[in-house]
Amino acid sequence: MSEKIIESTGLYKSFPRKGGAAQTATHYCPGCGHGVLTKLIGEALHDLELQDKAVMISPVGCAVFAYYYFDCGNIQVAHGRAPAVATGVSRATNQVVISYQGDGDLASIGLNETLQAANRGEKIAVFFVNNTVYGMTGGQMAPTTLVGEKTVTCPNGRDPMSQGYPVHMCELINNLKAPVYIERVALTDPAHIRQARTAIRKALQIQKEGKGYTFIEVLSACPTNLKMSAVDTNKWINEVMTKEFPLGKLRDNTEATEVVRPVSDFSKEALDKVFGAGKGSAEVPAQEELPDVQVKIAGFGGQGVLSLGTMIAQAGLSVGRNVSWYPSYGPEQRGGTSNCSVTLATHAIGSPVIYRPDLLVAMNRPSLEKFKNDVKPGGVIIYDAIMGEVEMPAGIKGIAVPAQQLAEEGGNPKGANTVMFGLIAALGVTRLPDVAFRNALANSFAKKPQLIPANEKLLDFVREWAEKNAK
Amino acid sequence: MEIDKNKPYPVIVPLECKSCSRCVVACPKQCLVIGKTLNERGYFAAEYVGEGCVGCASCFYSCPEPNAIQIHIPQRG
Repeated sequence: MSEKIIESTGLYKSFPRKGGAAQTATHYCPGCGHGVLTKLIGEALHDLELQDKAVMISPVGCAVFAYYYFDCGNIQVAHGRAPAVATGVSRATNQVVISYQGDGDLASIGLNETLQAANRGEKIAVFFVNNTVYGMTGGQMAPTTLVGEKTVTCPNGRDPMSQGYPVHMCELINNLKAPVYIERVALTDPAHIRQARTAIRKALQIQKEGKGYTFIEVLSACPTNLKMSAVDTNKWINEVMTKEFPLGKLRDNTEATEVVRPVSDFSKEALDKVFGAGKGSAEVPAQEELPDVQVKIAGFGGQGVLSLGTMIAQAGLSVGRNVSWYPSYGPEQRGGTSNCSVTLATHAIGSPVIYRPDLLVAMNRPSLEKFKNDVKPGGVIIYDAIMGEVEMPAGIKGIAVPAQQLAEEGGNPKGANTVMFGLIAALGVTRLPDVAFRNALANSFAKKPQLIPANEKLLDFVREWAEKNAK
Repeated sequence: MEIDKNKPYPVIVPLECKSCSRCVVACPKQCLVIGKTLNERGYFAAEYVGEGCVGCASCFYSCPEPNAIQIHIPQRG
């Protein structure tokens, strides 16, 4: 007579990665729920034909060695980091990704990443083993330890006035919009184990169909650290633990459609569009080798320091220079110190950091004092005339610019920064042609083209002023 | 006791049993017991009493060890 044989599937037949004498047994203690869950997941992987398409992420905790057992792809990751690695694997490979984590790993150190991955609706089947205690490290209190439950780090029982209350992961995740399936099950007796089996298969079916995040919390026995027999621990889970962690389906959106991620476009055209780089950067004409020009612009936040830097970089870019723009600023939006470094080059730029600028544009006295001695011999410092008398380092040309006054005289009272920009153009320190500055002006006012003529006029006005005052 | 292979029966690998008693409690027919001989790894392995199995696989799914229990169910026809 032929026989049907019910046996473990989806797992290796023996576990040579484990080493030691007993290579056909798990490393788990007698009666541990991990083994039960391992068998159920293995069986589901096998029955759904997912073994060649699945990556199991092992945590830190007793299940750290899940890769001994599961006959599928395996990665073991740092404590609490399974959601991050699972996200990477899922997004990069589109494999079915399973994260198998305990209460310390998932609900303590990994809480942030768990919630973030859930909130993004990552395509991950999370199996969260809640046994109310840290197993591997010797029975310390876990986020899910019950009120009054004794562990080695709460020997008088967990006191919420001291250690807070048990964390309910299913309920927390159920507050997020993206997750598709959330259920809490228990691996205690045959009826509960069958419910768990159904939930596990459902979660993996959802992954197979690419529908998004599933979270199965598994109440599981740790007889060793709860200091009870396996049978008594399961009884305790059914009678006590489920009062705090009620079993059941919290969400079932199995009718959801497949999650399709947008594809990033890193083509040059797309990037030029995003950064407003315009057409100029598309073809770089052959040009003569020039020494690098390094410009430092410094002032208070809000003075236009960073945008003046981007305009110079844009000017260089529009005539085929390689450019870098490197900001440095304090946390304040207004009033903090701020500076940026711009390099214009005809060859590749190694580092955007500038130690010896050719040109320093100082918008206030503290910035001037801070950077003036860094300027290269023969270099130029432009500063606002409002600062009054300034002593220049030897060999440095200093130009005091009455920026606000020139802006008003030039017919554009809001154009003090354009004055500085125009002066940089007029001085020729940047070795850029006039057209580069006009390109940059047009670019920075692309959304308000009506302002371009007035600013171009101001450039001309400043150029005339510079002819007379800054030679 | 000779097992009747015309009926379902469990095969327990004594070496793999860690004596946790999950299967003993799980069996609805009370046909598993913890035996009286130590296995090589130092555990008293569970044993099938030889009759009563209905092939429900409750013991298999309750057992944490992948290689300790198989359920054999004869197929008719």
